[in-house]
Amino acid sequence: MNDRRSHARTLSLCAKAPMWRRLLDDQTPLLQTPLHDLHIALGARMVPFAGYDMPVQYPAGVLKEHLHTRASAGLFDVSHMGQVLLKPLSGKLEDAALALEGLVPVDILGLKEGRQRYGFFTDANGGILDDLMIANRGDHLFVVVNAACKQADTAHMQAHLSSVCTVELLNDRALLALQGPKAETVLASVNPAVAAMRFMDITDVTLLGAACIVSRSGYSGEDGFEISVPADKAEALAKALLDHPDCEAIGLGARDSLRLEAGLCLYGNDIDTSTSPVEGAIEWGIQKVRRAGGEREGGFPGAARILAELANGPARRRVGLKPEGKAPVRAHAKLFADAEGSQEIGEVTSGGFGPTVEGPVAMGYLPTSHSAPGTQVFAEVRGKYLAMTVAAMPFITPTYKR
Amino acid sequence: MLKFTPEHEWLQIEGDVATVGITAHAAEQLGDLVFVELPEVGATFARDAASATVESVKAASDVYCPLEGEITEINQAIVDDPSLVNSDPRGAGWFFKLKLANPADADTLLNEAAYNELIA
Repeated sequence: MNDRRSHARTLSLCAKAPMWRRLLDDQTPLLQTPLHDLHIALGARMVPFAGYDMPVQYPAGVLKEHLHTRASAGLFDVSHMGQVLLKPLSGKLEDAALALEGLVPVDILGLKEGRQRYGFFTDANGGILDDLMIANRGDHLFVVVNAACKQADTAHMQAHLSSVCTVELLNDRALLALQGPKAETVLASVNPAVAAMRFMDITDVTLLGAACIVSRSGYSGEDGFEISVPADKAEALAKALLDHPDCEAIGLGARDSLRLEAGLCLYGNDIDTSTSPVEGAIEWGIQKVRRAGGEREGGFPGAARILAELANGPARRRVGLKPEGKAPVRAHAKLFADAEGSQEIGEVTSGGFGPTVEGPVAMGYLPTSHSAPGTQVFAEVRGKYLAMTVAAMPFITPTYKR
Repeated sequence: MLKFTPEHEWLQIEGDVATVGITAHAAEQLGDLVFVELPEVGATFARDAASATVESVKAASDVYCPLEGEITEINQAIVDDPSLVNSDPRGAGWFFKLKLANPADADTLLNEAAYNELIA
């Protein structure tokens, strides 16, 4: 009889979470976002995440919330993430852009005003410190980073950029994500101007009298918007959006299943300091100008390794994985080349059930030799070796409004 | 006779055969189930041994065999449609039937009132 307990959480942990679970190990209370009271009022099940008390699901549940987002419009509170302003001391944006290029293998100088792009901080080994969004706001750069990394990222930017820009982690703004095919309909009912935005545009938009920063982007694989709103106006805006018949509140549980189906990385799971952007299959974020032969070739941490991998290929690659059966295969499952489990070749970094795909989906790292779509590998789950097939990502068809 | 365990299983016992499932409380705490793995008919389990696995979107959990016995029947319906466990945990969402090695051991389990007090 295999010992499944080491792989599973016991049902006895299902009991209602006592108050102490709301506290961090050292008895520091969890932080709250400006929408905390609203989550409670909506009946959310709250969990600790990155030091914040966050909604993992509402009464509808993860499955319904996920499906609703792909069919209609879902509203997510992502206020725990970091919003950072980089303002050039010289008053010239190019100075801030060039300075930030020293930390990311991305073309920021060429990023036009009102546009946003995906990027990642690299370290001296060519590993990834965090992934982020960078926007050109005309006279400053606006950077959004992961919640768990926001203190470290701010310190990183301050250490390297403070001779050229001020680096300010905002503490007075909430961040909402509105995602789904009806996102434009819902947000346009508050301000019709958003209908004109295209994927990765970012602009100032007044929403219910609040000065918001709105980008047409997201983490779900659907069309949608991310809205930075003053903290004291956030609840009113969220309530107004939720009042729209097409819009429902969505928790972090569905946020994860949505991004997994969309093939998007979760920092800390799929990419981290042990993975290069090329191994992580996010080298599309490295524009030509920063690659070998480009005008501003290299000049970021880990450039030697990353440029070498771009030239010669990486040793391993993040790929999509589709289990052949019904059992989900989750993060940390080991991958083998053979059904007997004698040849360990990789590891799953994210996995779960895809409600839209109606089956399990996963992603993980395999040697380049085993990374072509259609390759069969085996994952160890509860003592058995389950067949999986390497699959192209995303698992669903994104609906970005390009 | 209807009995419960602190691990949130229910047993409907008739003679020496128990129909076993998980409670509405457990199903609600687990959230939407997406996968169920049941034991084989004929398999035997000691009391409290892990006998089945359920997975929600986010995580896997064990279902323990409430009393020592042998599996005589499994409910394929919940393998085909795990959502039955959420929609009808005490009826159509049953997991398996267990021939009890020692039917008298059922007296050591909780009755409904005691279980309800546990989860209150």
